[in-house]
Amino acid sequence: MKLTKTLMTTTALTVAAGMAHAEMADSLTLVSWGGAYQASQTKAYADPYKEMHPEVEIVWDESSNEAVAKLRAMNEAGNITWDVVDVVASDAIRLCDEGLAMEIDPDEMLAEGDDGSSAEDDFGDLLVSDCFIPQIVYSTTFGYRTDMVPEGAGAPDDICDVFDTETYPGKRSLEKRPINNMEWALLCDGVAKDEVYDVLGTEEGQERALAKLDTIKDDVIWWSAGADTPQLLADGEVFMGSTYNGRLFSVIEEQKQPVAMMWDAQVFDLDGWIIPSGLPEDRLARALDFIMFATDTQRLADQAKYISYGPARHSSAPLVGKHADLGIEMGPHMPTDPANAKNTFLYNYEFWADYRDDIDAKFQAWLAK
Amino acid sequence: MVASDIVITETGRKPAGFYVPVVAAAGAFFGVFVGAANGSTLMGLLGGAVILAVLAFVLVDVLGTGQEKAGRWGSIALFAVAGMLLGGVPGLVVGGLAGWFFGWFAYWVGFNRYRAKLVPYLTSGQVLWYYTFRVICGVIFFFLIAPIVVVMPLSFNAENFFTFTPEMLRFDPEGYSFKHYRDFFNNPDWQQALWNSVRIAPVATILSVSFGTLAAIGLSQPHVPFRRAIMAILISPMIVPLIISAAGMYFFYSRLGLQGTYWGVVLAHAVLGIPFVIITVTATLVGFDRSLTRAAANMGANPVTTFFRVQMPLILPGVISGGLFAFITSFDEVVVVLFVGSAGQKTLPWQMFTGLREQISPTILAVATILVGISIALLTTVELLRRRSERLRGMSPG
Repeated sequence: MKLTKTLMTTTALTVAAGMAHAEMADSLTLVSWGGAYQASQTKAYADPYKEMHPEVEIVWDESSNEAVAKLRAMNEAGNITWDVVDVVASDAIRLCDEGLAMEIDPDEMLAEGDDGSSAEDDFGDLLVSDCFIPQIVYSTTFGYRTDMVPEGAGAPDDICDVFDTETYPGKRSLEKRPINNMEWALLCDGVAKDEVYDVLGTEEGQERALAKLDTIKDDVIWWSAGADTPQLLADGEVFMGSTYNGRLFSVIEEQKQPVAMMWDAQVFDLDGWIIPSGLPEDRLARALDFIMFATDTQRLADQAKYISYGPARHSSAPLVGKHADLGIEMGPHMPTDPANAKNTFLYNYEFWADYRDDIDAKFQAWLAK
Repeated sequence: MVASDIVITETGRKPAGFYVPVVAAAGAFFGVFVGAANGSTLMGLLGGAVILAVLAFVLVDVLGTGQEKAGRWGSIALFAVAGMLLGGVPGLVVGGLAGWFFGWFAYWVGFNRYRAKLVPYLTSGQVLWYYTFRVICGVIFFFLIAPIVVVMPLSFNAENFFTFTPEMLRFDPEGYSFKHYRDFFNNPDWQQALWNSVRIAPVATILSVSFGTLAAIGLSQPHVPFRRAIMAILISPMIVPLIISAAGMYFFYSRLGLQGTYWGVVLAHAVLGIPFVIITVTATLVGFDRSLTRAAANMGANPVTTFFRVQMPLILPGVISGGLFAFITSFDEVVVVLFVGSAGQKTLPWQMFTGLREQISPTILAVATILVGISIALLTTVELLRRRSERLRGMSPG
């Protein structure tokens, strides 16, 4: 009977081990982007929150990339497993329109600014959707290899240097989607900044942007994840590439790679939380409690200690200090710093909401050509 | 008789008109890569051909077998120095290896040594095929293994990128570090993922092995109706594209309240593992002698005793290898767990998958290296156990 016994014992032990800790206490599932960004949220929001509420178990899910699709599926299956979801503003707008995100009353559900201003005033016009609780302002901009700048040419400091393959030969990495690329192309094709979206709204304008992109198509490596451009820059595979400014900060200051920022024509975008609609009462209460804490003035300012994204509250700006590990002033690394923000775009939510599908299709067709 | 036991074919010097072009062709092939790395492919091609032609002639016709040792060391030194001039320390190593290879190759071709271990009646075409076949096998093997091997040195990278840094290529200790391994063992995310994998895979394996073995035994009984249809249904998770099973499970398990729970993931993985167990156990059951169960019954054993004491020990190798496949399926699986699991059941492959997309961190490579090590250890153990049990059974039948 030795075999039987051995089999039974192993089975019993494994099942017991599997069952151990299978039940979770009060858990709070936060969805975010992973990487350095999620690490900054963990340190600035989640860790202090856990200290105050040791009974709550915080679970992270790195699924913000497919948040819209997953929330749709969860809604269809009638089983929402997420409590608080980090999304970019355009996704928040879509989720709000589809009724998948809960509407937020800022003055009721969010903390007041520590300068006494109401939450609504403190966030100001960054509250781009009724469901959206802004956290940070980030920008998409270019970084370039300082050791690959051709001799005789100065460092690239103009967005049109991206399209100038004669002065700055070498590969460029651009995001595999029309947003930002089309604007930059038109800007460098001689369109005035305040007319870009008027032109881009027309057939000819779209053709014109693609024609401009065509001039560098052979030199472009297309990226789809925020980590791609830093990797390509570190490899020296590309001379310059667009990505989120926090990623470039990490490449330059934390990884000490020979890379510099080219802030010109950076595109601002917002990132923040939404709460899925239809949460059961106890989980909703926990989610709201977390949101109230994690988006107050001090917490948003704290996040800037770990990553170079600008806090979304006006009242947080004066509190931004030094990087927690590197000890450098974070102010000059913020996309909103006046020295960096000489020439900027704000992601045009309305335009892209109307034109995205159409231009996406054209862009993909052009890519495949 | 094995052909390699004795030297059958006389070796002797081949005419220069044969071996010089052959070695030169190999040199041209090698030169293409060196040339491409240094700017001019054509120069590399021509240079490689000329250098190797001269080298082959010097080694075979001038030095000959008498001074073979000196000739081959000279070749190594020559290439190592050339490599160092072109590419520093890594070039030295690569050059040394190339020099060793070409020294050997020139003698091998020039003195007909390639026929030394073959039977004498083979035609040139057959000899050529004999070696071509081996080269093809080697290339396929390389193709299968290289991507896994490349990961290992990169996991010791001192930087946070998937790049061979100049320090690493210089074999500078500064360029290497264990920091990604430390990150894996200290980072709570990775530890949670590891713990989840370790909790899910064995239980899923036990379920698949129990159900799969029972199903295989049942389906091997000739009197079971619709055997083929039932078999096809049980095997289907292996054939249906994973994403379809996963989406189906997601909606089905959501209704049952199993989505996002530990047992949901375990069940889903068990379903994926069952086909492997059924297939391996069915295969071992083919060789199982049914008269043994009848003999056991005849001696008063009830069916349960018969199963555990007679049938089980005999089909155990099949059960174990099926269980191993089921375990690896669960341990490696990322699609189904992304659907059926929630963040609380994040397994190692899930963590690697999101890590790769959101942040290209060599910690993933460190984990991959550890997993490869575990897989090798696991397969070796099972193979040794299987051999042992076969040996034991061979000594004491029944």
